Amino acid sequence: MTEPLLRIENLHKTFGKLEVLKGIDMTMERGDVTSIIGSSGSGKTTLLRCINLLEDYQDGVVAIDGDQIGYRTQNGRRVRRPERQIAAQRAMTGMAFQHFNLFPHLTASRNIMLGLVKVRKMPAAEAKEIAAHWLTRVGLGDRGDAYPGQLSGGQQQRVAIARAVAMAPKLMLFDEVTSALDPELVNEVLNVITDLARDGMTMLLVTHEMKFAHDVSSKVVFMHQGRIAEAGPPAEVLRNPKSARLAEFLKGAKF
Amino acid sequence: MDFAAFLDQAWASRNLILAGLGRTILISAIAIFFGTILGVAIGVLLTYGNIVVRFVIRIYTDFLRGTPVFVLILACFYILSVAGVDLTPFQAGTFALALFCSSHVGEIVRGALKAIPVGQTEAARSIGLTFPQIFRYVLMPQAMRQILPTWVNTATEIVKASTLLSIIGVVELLLTIQQIISRTYMTLEFYFLAGILYFIVDFAIERAGRYFERRVAIPD
Repeated sequence: MTEPLLRIENLHKTFGKLEVLKGIDMTMERGDVTSIIGSSGSGKTTLLRCINLLEDYQDGVVAIDGDQIGYRTQNGRRVRRPERQIAAQRAMTGMAFQHFNLFPHLTASRNIMLGLVKVRKMPAAEAKEIAAHWLTRVGLGDRGDAYPGQLSGGQQQRVAIARAVAMAPKLMLFDEVTSALDPELVNEVLNVITDLARDGMTMLLVTHEMKFAHDVSSKVVFMHQGRIAEAGPPAEVLRNPKSARLAEFLKGAKF
Repeated sequence: MDFAAFLDQAWASRNLILAGLGRTILISAIAIFFGTILGVAIGVLLTYGNIVVRFVIRIYTDFLRGTPVFVLILACFYILSVAGVDLTPFQAGTFALALFCSSHVGEIVRGALKAIPVGQTEAARSIGLTFPQIFRYVLMPQAMRQILPTWVNTATEIVKASTLLSIIGVVELLLTIQQIISRTYMTLEFYFLAGILYFIVDFAIERAGRYFERRVAIPD
């Protein structure tokens, strides 16, 4: 059996005494687009953040291409990897955030170049070309010299996505990327993500956009109280919920 | 008041006054330079150091900030010499000002670093930057812009505080003026001149700071 791109086994995460993830198992193959849905507090964002170790996890395994993220086993004991290794592992995934988190002191183009030059050790000229390429892909080819403060929310989010995908990650993580946007700006961002999905990018999304999850995903995962309650193809999970909880959660959603 | 006589005396003492002014500027520049370097280090340790480091540095800054600069200068001059460290008044005084400056800059730097949203660090981490890289390319450039106006303010305070070095016998601008007064008895006139000269130095620093602020401002 070949190793899946993402393998999560028995993942446990606690904040102090509060157990947020109570044993998550899931896998993703290359090209998969998986959406995680669930009410707030169900642990979906925390799950995403464990995958690039923005959150530590206390037990279980998160592995990308067979590499366990953040920890290794030494003499039967679980040891945290050194920070340099963790930084390198983080570069295997890209992440887009709810609040964009662009670097305000850098232009759109330089936001994208920073990781390419400092992490991928690319010459500035090459990084600049890649930045220009991705800005064009997200429809902002003429805004490379704009600072984040000069862009609308939707434009900022598209630059943030370009910044992440320009690093050529094996897996893209999207954390409620449209939640902070005005309704009229949501679609321009969703279109960019749909476009990336068509390109074969492997993506894991936390989203509240049910129609989008239905249309773009190959798989939908419903989380409830720190566990995966239901998972499967979107048509199945979203149209024929097995549990009353999911049916309740989906009530009123249109797709 | 005989204005012509004052001008006459001032002109006759011009080299002394310029030398005093030069020394004031030199003292301030050295104190601000080293105080800022030390202060940035202190600010970083106060923000990212472990609990023991933070505790020790906290005592250092609180002690320095809670002590009058004047006392600090006397302490550096007298206590250090008792302790066997022989410094000239110029060295001791400048050292005291640098320490004073470092405690203030440290506090400003800490505040600026704390004010940067955590999302900045998370985004930087998510693209694989190491902490030193994040600090250098993401946090510090933002903190510096935040710090600039307050730092300029601290710099002008250091220039003003440098007058206190006259007490331990450093012939900076104020002591130069006092020496001229004791010779000419033109008290008001020369103190007024001193006031103007200090104002010019601080005003220049402030204007330079403003100019720099505009230069590095992030467009929005």
